[in-house]
Amino acid sequence: MSEQIDEGLRSELQRQGIWVTSMQDLYNWGRRSSIWPLQFGLACCAIEMIATAASRYDLARFGGEIFRPSPRQADLMIVAGTVTKKMAPQIVRLYNQMPDPKYVISMGACAISGGPFKEGYNVLKGIDRYIPVDVYIPGCPPRPEALLHAFMELQRKIDEQKLTGADRAEHLNAAQPSEFPVPAFGAHDLEPPANPDVFEPPKIDRT
Amino acid sequence: MTLESLEQIKGRAQAAVPGAKIDIIPNTGPSQQSSLLIDNEHALAVARFLRIDPALQLDFCSNVTGVDWLERTLKKKVKVKKVVDGEEREVDETTEEKIPGYLEAVYHLYSMTHKHGLVVIRMRTADRADDARLPSLNSIWRSAEFQEREIFDLYGIRFDGHPDLRRILMWDEFQDYPMRKDYREPDDYEYEPTPHDAVLARAREHYAPRPHLDGAENITPQQ
Repeated sequence: MSEQIDEGLRSELQRQGIWVTSMQDLYNWGRRSSIWPLQFGLACCAIEMIATAASRYDLARFGGEIFRPSPRQADLMIVAGTVTKKMAPQIVRLYNQMPDPKYVISMGACAISGGPFKEGYNVLKGIDRYIPVDVYIPGCPPRPEALLHAFMELQRKIDEQKLTGADRAEHLNAAQPSEFPVPAFGAHDLEPPANPDVFEPPKIDRT
Repeated sequence: MTLESLEQIKGRAQAAVPGAKIDIIPNTGPSQQSSLLIDNEHALAVARFLRIDPALQLDFCSNVTGVDWLERTLKKKVKVKKVVDGEEREVDETTEEKIPGYLEAVYHLYSMTHKHGLVVIRMRTADRADDARLPSLNSIWRSAEFQEREIFDLYGIRFDGHPDLRRILMWDEFQDYPMRKDYREPDDYEYEPTPHDAVLARAREHYAPRPHLDGAENITPQQ
């Protein structure tokens, strides 16, 4: 909106009792003020997530208190905790069942990279190997303030998403995939161990 | 009621179960937790004795776990009298004994009735491959059911007589036994931020070689 209406004119109008906005701002304001997370937790990070939703930290202040027990009604997936290889296909399946637009917060060291269990045989080395992640929060586990911060970052991201034009939001682009292949249980590991369309390991030069 | 010594338990168990072969595996560490090695053929009868004997009544199996023993050679130094240069002398001679690999299941037993414990019993498989079989003690201690499944999952010991021997932690399609010492985890080390030791060695195989040196090695600290 700020690109279309002069900021000075807008505040002048507001002083006179006329409020001007755009479809995009109104739409994004509504979306970011009612992000419904999917209600599931995987490990100790889930306890912090519960604390964030409870009265002391009160996620309701940001419109995110309605935890939905069904992926069909959820906008946000908070991957809170260690993703074991046995659990990973179910996470991807839940993500596939969420309607667009959908967002993912990777909460804690384990969901980001496997954390202290990274070198283990049964822990997925980060959920971003299979689904796209919007916000990462480091910590073991992150404090509720950190989750609130990630939530606010996500709101900022939603606020900036465009409805039209070439740089419109990803979920408005029909070519963008919204479902991702569910990994299969293999004889030694998940197959494939990572989705190459989503995940590319960082390239480091080391001798 | 104080617990009898392992020697007493062994003697009474062998008297109660004719033919049973029980060895005491000494533990010389600080814990002094020696254990009873029970032969597989009479394991069920010995376990039943430990459970129902009025003086023992080991009715609580708190923990069952596995141990993997790889094939190893035991070196022993023995003093041997030999005739060297016409006179008799004592000479050190090392003998090597090859011990084939096997798997163990270890049970920790307590008595709720007598408030005593711990008695550790263990069983050994014949080898680490096809004959990795042990009798299930699930019929004596129900609490062994899930733990024997866990040992089957992670060590690959098959428990004969177990009512529901499936993998419990890993998925059913999984074929390896991850807690065995010769297990190699899948090679997905394409990115390790802080590799060290064995992980460093494996991560190195994935590192791209540096095309040219960046000159950092020529910098000398300023005086």
